[in-house]
Amino acid sequence: MLYSPVPMHIPDGFLSALVSIVLWLVSVPVVGYALKRVGRDLGERQVPMMGVLAAAIFAGQMLNFTVAGGTSGHLMGAAIATILLGPWAAILIMTSVVSIQALIFQDGGLLVLGANIFNMAVIGVAVSYAVYRTVQAVAGRRTWGLFVGGFLAAWTSIVVAALGVAFQLALSGTSPVNLALPAMAGIHALIGIGEGLITVGALAFLNASRRDLIQTGDTPATAGGFVWLFGLLVALGLAIASPLASAHPDGLEWVAEQQGFLETTRQPLYHLIPDYLFPGISNEAIATILAGVIGTLIVFGVVLAVGFLRRSSQMPER
Amino acid sequence: MHIHFLDPYREGSSPLHRLDARVKFILTLAFILTVALLPVGVWPVYVLLFSLSLSVEILSELGLGYVYKRSALALPFVLAALPLIFTLPGRSLWTTSLFGWTLSISQAGVERFASIGLKSWLSVQMAIVMTASTPFPELLVAMRALRIPRLLVAIFGLMWRYLFVFADETLRLIRARAARSGRAEQADLKTGGSLAWRARVAGGMAGNLFLRAFDRSDRIYMAMLARGYDGEVRSMPMRPIQPVGWFVLGTGLLLLVSLLGLALLLTV
Repeated sequence: MLYSPVPMHIPDGFLSALVSIVLWLVSVPVVGYALKRVGRDLGERQVPMMGVLAAAIFAGQMLNFTVAGGTSGHLMGAAIATILLGPWAAILIMTSVVSIQALIFQDGGLLVLGANIFNMAVIGVAVSYAVYRTVQAVAGRRTWGLFVGGFLAAWTSIVVAALGVAFQLALSGTSPVNLALPAMAGIHALIGIGEGLITVGALAFLNASRRDLIQTGDTPATAGGFVWLFGLLVALGLAIASPLASAHPDGLEWVAEQQGFLETTRQPLYHLIPDYLFPGISNEAIATILAGVIGTLIVFGVVLAVGFLRRSSQMPER
Repeated sequence: MHIHFLDPYREGSSPLHRLDARVKFILTLAFILTVALLPVGVWPVYVLLFSLSLSVEILSELGLGYVYKRSALALPFVLAALPLIFTLPGRSLWTTSLFGWTLSISQAGVERFASIGLKSWLSVQMAIVMTASTPFPELLVAMRALRIPRLLVAIFGLMWRYLFVFADETLRLIRARAARSGRAEQADLKTGGSLAWRARVAGGMAGNLFLRAFDRSDRIYMAMLARGYDGEVRSMPMRPIQPVGWFVLGTGLLLLVSLLGLALLLTV
């Protein structure tokens, strides 16, 4: 029941040792700095506040609502934590959540924990922050900025983190990039809608009941232009790199080969959908996205069918 | 309702339960690192590692069924590696034609896919054995021994303590929603409102949970202050690792290193 419903936790064995260790080296200083930063702002309140909120986010991932035919929308929580508490506290909270999920519930691996922290705590939070602050700047103090910003922050954080996962899988030689990217992006674009809707619902509730939390929450002393810039760069970078990598997977494979991840030759032998090109479509990027969309539709068709069958088999008992 | 049954720790008095948590933690990480460093398709080494994990599981007296059932939870991710079967170049094992597309299963692809799946499965088994045979507070001690920042370990500890409280609270929220949600007997009568409305309700619950967490963290902080908390996380000094622990640690690491060496020999 406490397994995270968002399929983003990479288990051990799916990333090469090199990719895992490099991402540890990236995540550790960020988390260390977040610890120091939050300690400066919260002082001795840091431990109780971060611990309790992490527990709440962890448990909050059990909340769901029915979407259709047995599928449901869930909460990951990076965006809402960022909006309410600022980026550094959110990084700490998400790091705790992801670490406990891996350590205790084997939801995500231990060696790849650095990568999972990077995707969900660092990328997820930084992107949420960048998107939310940008929308806030455009909207001024108007209420729609809160909701639009909340939805977009939640959706983007999920999708961009999923792109990060896809790239890491591809760099490790686990998944072909031109299949992993569109599939991960497609599935999480749908999951992100659920996350966005719940986030907006939570913000609407808090806006009605405790407006002070939201007003102080978005201008904490922890706000940093650096995080904003980093989040924006990550989001833009991955968004631009994805179609490029999908259209020219050789580029990434070349990188992978240079680093010794792939011992195979570069000769492409994609037979599933030959070169991921549909007959009659000359633009490679469009054809790849189309292939991804079709793949996603197939996956969702299966999920819906299974969900529907399960539900209809349960009906007569009532 | 209390859901402490979520705690994966299982009581026992096996040799593995008695082993120092620090030794278990380090050996588990070393095992997973070794598995990650192994090249593709060194089947003899995989078999040796599997027998190692199997013997640890038997030593732990947890029951193989328990470990295997939990290890299946990491399986769905294998889907991510499935396309490799078709996309890796190599000797083709089997070719079929589907709606005009040619599907060809390559030997290299199958080998890599099987290696990834097996490696992942071995790693998750070790992690399960560690958490099932070590109480969480001892794991915290092990983390501190590995120089994970004190504050972070303290946050983990506090989070663990309140995880069950909040899981309870979330279940209560869900039950309250279920109690107030009707379901029509007539098949054609639509219930449950629109998607946006349902999402809003779930969001309201999440926001409510947040508010309660804020309030509770305030109360906890006050209680800690009342007992003399001054921002410093204090803990008992760690016991030195017993000779048995050192012996197991040394033997285990030596074994893993020699398995890595064997894998290297087999691939050259």
